[in-house]
Amino acid sequence: MTGTLPERFQRWFASRGWTPRPHQHAVLAAAQSGQSVLLIAPTGGGKTLAGFLPTLTELAEAPQPGLHTLYVSPLKALSADVARNLTTPVTEIGLPLTIETRSGDTTQDRRRKQKETPPNILLTTPESLAVLLSQPEAASFFAPLRRVVIDEAHALAGTKRGDQLALGLARLATLAPGLHRIGLSATVAHRGALRAYVAPDAHIIEVEGGAPPEIGMILPQGRLPWSGHMGLASAPDILHAIAAARMTIVFVNTRAQAELMFQELWRLNADTLPIAIHHGSLEMAQRLRVEAAMSAGTLRAVVATSSLDLGIDWGGVDQVLQVGAPKGVSRLLQRVGRANHRMDEASRAILVPANRFEVLECEAAIAGVAAHELDGDPPRPGGLDVLAQHILGCACAAPFHPDSLYAEITQAAPYAQLSRADFDATLDFVETGGYALQAYDQYRKLFRCSEGLMNIRSEQVRRLHRMNIGTIVEAPTLKVRYAGRAGGTLGEIEEYFAGQLTPGDTFLFAGRLLRFLRLRDTTVEVTDGGTGEPKIPAYEGGRMPLTTNLAARVRAMLNTPALWQSFPEPVREWLDLQRQRSVMPGADDLLIETFPRGDRWYLVAYCFEGRNAHQSLGMLITRRMERLGLHPLGFVATDYVLGVWSATEPRDLDRLFEQDLLGEDLESWMDESSMLKRSFRTAAVIAGLIARHYPGQDKNRRQVTVNSDLIFEVLRKHQPGHILLRATRDDAARGLTDIARIADMLGRIQGRIHHQRLSRVSPLAVPVLLEIGRENVRTEGSDDALLEEAALIAEATGQAEPPPFRPKPPAPAHRTRPPAQGRLFG
Amino acid sequence: MTAAPIHLAGERLQLDPAGALHWPAQRLLVVADLHFEKGTAAAARGQLVPPWDTRETLARLTALIRKYGPRTLIALGDSFHDASGATRLQHSDHAQLLALGRETQFLWVLGNHDPTPPEGLPGDSVPEHRQGPLTFRHQATPGRVMGELSGHFHPKAHIAVRGATLCRPCFVTDGYRILLPALGAYTGGLDTRDPAIATLFPRGGRLFLTGRERLYSFPFPPSRRSTATTAPP
Repeated sequence: MTGTLPERFQRWFASRGWTPRPHQHAVLAAAQSGQSVLLIAPTGGGKTLAGFLPTLTELAEAPQPGLHTLYVSPLKALSADVARNLTTPVTEIGLPLTIETRSGDTTQDRRRKQKETPPNILLTTPESLAVLLSQPEAASFFAPLRRVVIDEAHALAGTKRGDQLALGLARLATLAPGLHRIGLSATVAHRGALRAYVAPDAHIIEVEGGAPPEIGMILPQGRLPWSGHMGLASAPDILHAIAAARMTIVFVNTRAQAELMFQELWRLNADTLPIAIHHGSLEMAQRLRVEAAMSAGTLRAVVATSSLDLGIDWGGVDQVLQVGAPKGVSRLLQRVGRANHRMDEASRAILVPANRFEVLECEAAIAGVAAHELDGDPPRPGGLDVLAQHILGCACAAPFHPDSLYAEITQAAPYAQLSRADFDATLDFVETGGYALQAYDQYRKLFRCSEGLMNIRSEQVRRLHRMNIGTIVEAPTLKVRYAGRAGGTLGEIEEYFAGQLTPGDTFLFAGRLLRFLRLRDTTVEVTDGGTGEPKIPAYEGGRMPLTTNLAARVRAMLNTPALWQSFPEPVREWLDLQRQRSVMPGADDLLIETFPRGDRWYLVAYCFEGRNAHQSLGMLITRRMERLGLHPLGFVATDYVLGVWSATEPRDLDRLFEQDLLGEDLESWMDESSMLKRSFRTAAVIAGLIARHYPGQDKNRRQVTVNSDLIFEVLRKHQPGHILLRATRDDAARGLTDIARIADMLGRIQGRIHHQRLSRVSPLAVPVLLEIGRENVRTEGSDDALLEEAALIAEATGQAEPPPFRPKPPAPAHRTRPPAQGRLFG
Repeated sequence: MTAAPIHLAGERLQLDPAGALHWPAQRLLVVADLHFEKGTAAAARGQLVPPWDTRETLARLTALIRKYGPRTLIALGDSFHDASGATRLQHSDHAQLLALGRETQFLWVLGNHDPTPPEGLPGDSVPEHRQGPLTFRHQATPGRVMGELSGHFHPKAHIAVRGATLCRPCFVTDGYRILLPALGAYTGGLDTRDPAIATLFPRGGRLFLTGRERLYSFPFPPSRRSTATTAPP
C-alpha cells in the first residue's frame, strides 16, 4: 500500500537525498483512505515524520483555519523537539500552516492567543489536553480537529496518564466526529491491547527491527560479589568504557544508586571527563542544563535513572551502559535504543551486573533481546479516580447528561468494561463525595437541572479543578535548599528520608555531599561538605520487579547445564557447587531449602516471581507459620527467592504453601499495609478529594489540606465500601502486589514442592541471607514494636526514662511475635 | 493503655497515650486542638473529605472522659476549626457534646482558629486559665514559663529505627512547660525540629510519642542557634 505523496514533498525528500521509507508511505496511504493507524517501529525509523506526513500533505493541498491535528506525547520536552523538527520541512517546502506547543509552562498570554487563533497543529501532553477539554470553548476549539497523533503510545497505555488520555480521546471523538488517530509506538508485547487503546479499528503497520543491538557485559574486577546491587566495584571499568566512547548514558536502577555511582565515578575520574547526573528528584533547571549539555555534545557521560528512558533524540549518544539488573527485556531494549538513534546502525550497549544472580539475569536478558522476546503486563482497566477527575472536567466545560457521558466513556478502551453502577457511584462521588451521611449537600460540586443535565456548581469549583488536573502523584517531598538568602534549590527528597536526618548529618544528593542544617517548614536547609558516612536518599517505588519472562529465562538457564559453559567461571563454579550441595530449582517445581544456622531455622523458596510478589508472599507465609506454631521471626525478599527465618524447624511445607493461602489473610493484611495508604493518597489526589494546589495558596497549606492517612483511617472505619476505597484496593491488588503472580505460582506448584532439608546454607541461598539486615525494615502494622526497640535503646543508654513498672497478671501460654523483617515495596 | 506520670511545677500529672493530660489531684483532663468540623470547613472550600471527623474526635474524647471521669475538661483552643464551626455540628454530634457537658464541666480556652466562644455549647470560654501553679493557654509564650500547658503546634516527632522512620504525635516537655499533641481526627502535625517548636525548648527536653498501648520516651536534643519563625499550623 503506497500513499500519494504530493510532488513538492517528493522534491523536498530528494533535495535532502532521502527517499520516503515504506512505512511512511503506508501510514500516508492508510490515512488517505480514512483509517486510523498504529505504527510500531524501533527508534530512529522516521516514526514522527510518518505520523505527521498525512497532516502536512492535507494542509498543503487544502489549507484551512483552525485546529487540524493534535499531537500528544508523555513528555513536554518531546513536544518542543518535535515542533523544532517539523519546522524544517514546513519552511523548506513552504507550507502555509501554524504549529504551536502547549504545556504547563505555556504563558497566559500565549494561551489566550492560542484560544483566539488556534494553530493548525498543536503539540501537547495528556494533562494539558485535559485542561483544554475542561474549558467552555472546548467544543468550538476542537470541532475542526481531523487527527490526533499519539506518540510513545506504549508508554501511556496502561498507566493513569494513559487512562486520562483515553478519556480525552473519547471526548474528542464526540466533539469532532470523524477524526482519525495515529498511534506511534516502540515494539511491544501486547499489540492487540495497544491497538484497542489507540483505536479499535486501527490498521497496524509494523517495521521490522533494524540492526540488532550489540550487547556486551563487564564483570567486576576481583571476586564476583555474592550480593549488593550498586555495582560500584565496576566503576573503574565503567570509566574506561566512558573514555572509549563519544557519549555514554550510564543507566542505573534507582536514584540512590545514581548518586552513589556518580560519586564513585568522580572519585576515580583523574582525567576529569565531564560526567553529569540526571534523575527525577533533581530540580528541573538542573535536569534541563544536563539535557542541553548532551544536545551540545559537551558531556562525555550522564548517570541516569528512568528519567532518561524516554525523551528527545540525542544524536551524540553512541553507547549505553546498564549497571545492575536489567529487570526486563523491553526495558533493556528501550534503554539500549537510546544509543545511536539510527535504525540501520547497531546500538552498542554494555551490561554491568553487580552480583552473581545479576550475571545470570544479564545473560538471560541478552538471550531475550536476541530472541526478541518482549515482556510487560497487558494494560489494566482504567482507574475510577481518573474517571472522577474526567467527569468533573467535563462538567467544567459544559453541562452533560449522565447517559450520554457514560456511553462516551465506554468508548475509551480502558473503560470499555465499566459498569453503569460504577459510573454512577463515581458520578455521585464527584457530586457530593458519595458518603452514606448526606452531610455535604450544601457543598455539592454538581447540580442536576430540570432537563437532567449535570451542571458545575460554581466558578470556584471550576477554578480549583483546573489547578489540580493531572494524574502524576509523587510521594510527599521536601525541597532541598542551600541555607542563606541566595541559597539555590537542588531538588526534592521524600519526607520520610528527611525525617531520619539530624543536624550535622551528611547525605548525597544532586551529585553533592551535603550537610543537613535544619528543617524549616517544607524546606531542608543544607550546606556543602561535612564529615562522616553520608546517607543516601531512597525513594518509594524506586525498584521495579523482575519481569515474568526474564525470570522464566533465568530459571531455564539454571536447568540447562550445557549453557553454563558460556558463563563466567565464578558463576559456573557457584552453580556446580549448588548441584553438589543441594539441587537446582527445577523447571516446573518449587524448590524449598530448609537448614539451621545459629539459633534459627531458615527456609528459602526459589519462586522466581519478582521482589514485589515475594514480599506479599512473605507476609502471607509468616502469618500462616505463626498460626501453625512455627514461630516465624522475619523474612526477606529478592527478585528470585523468598527467605524466611523462624525459631522452630519449618515442617509440612505442602500445608504452608497451599492454594488457599491467598484467601484468608489477604484482605486483612492489605488493609493494614502502608502500601494501601500510599495508593489511597494517589487515588484521593487524582479523584479531587485532596487538592494539591489552591488559589493563592502556599502560606497556609497546612491549614487547608487534610493528611490523606487521616482521611483513610476515618473513611475505612465509617464507610469501608466507599468508591475511593474500592478504587484503592483495585489499584493495590493489580498494580503493586503482584497478587496474580502469586496465585499462578501457587496453582502451578501444588504437589510439586521439592523440599530439600540441608544441614547448612546452600551456595544458591547465600545471596538472600546476605540481604538480611541490609533491607529497610518497615514491618506493616507493628510500628509500635519498632518504637519499643528504639525506646529500649534510649532507656538502656540513659537517654530516656523507662516506663512505669506495672507487673501484669501472667500472660496466656502462647504469645505470638510479629515477624521482624520485611518491608513492602521499598 | 498505660498513662505516664510526670511532674510539673510540683504537681503530679499523667500523660495518656491517646494524647491527653490528666491532673488527678484536681480531677482535671486536658486536651488540645480538637479542630471539630475541619471536614465541613474543607468541604466548603471544595474538598469533600469524609464527614465523620467530628464523630471520630468525639469518640476519642468520650473514651478519655469515661476513663478518667474528670470534674473539668479543658480544651486548649482550636477546639473548632473555625469560628462558625460549632454551628455546623451534625445533630447527633451536638447532642453528644451536650451529654458530655452534663458529665463534666467544659472549659474552652480560645485559640487562633476559634477566637470566639462556641455557640450553643455548655461550658465557659476563657482566653487562658490559671489553676494552682499551672497555666493553660492555647499557644506557648516564648521564654521560660513555669507550669505552662499549651497546644497549637500539633507536635509530632520522627524517630529513626533500623533504617525506617516512624512519625507520631507527641508531648514535648522540658520540666517547665508541656506541649500537647492535637487530638482532632483530621489534625496533621508540625515536626518538633521546626524552629517554631525547637526555640521553645532551647535546652532540649523530652518527647513522649503516642502509641497504641503506651507512650515512648525519647530525648529532645537542644536546638542549636535558631531563629523563630512562628507559623501557626
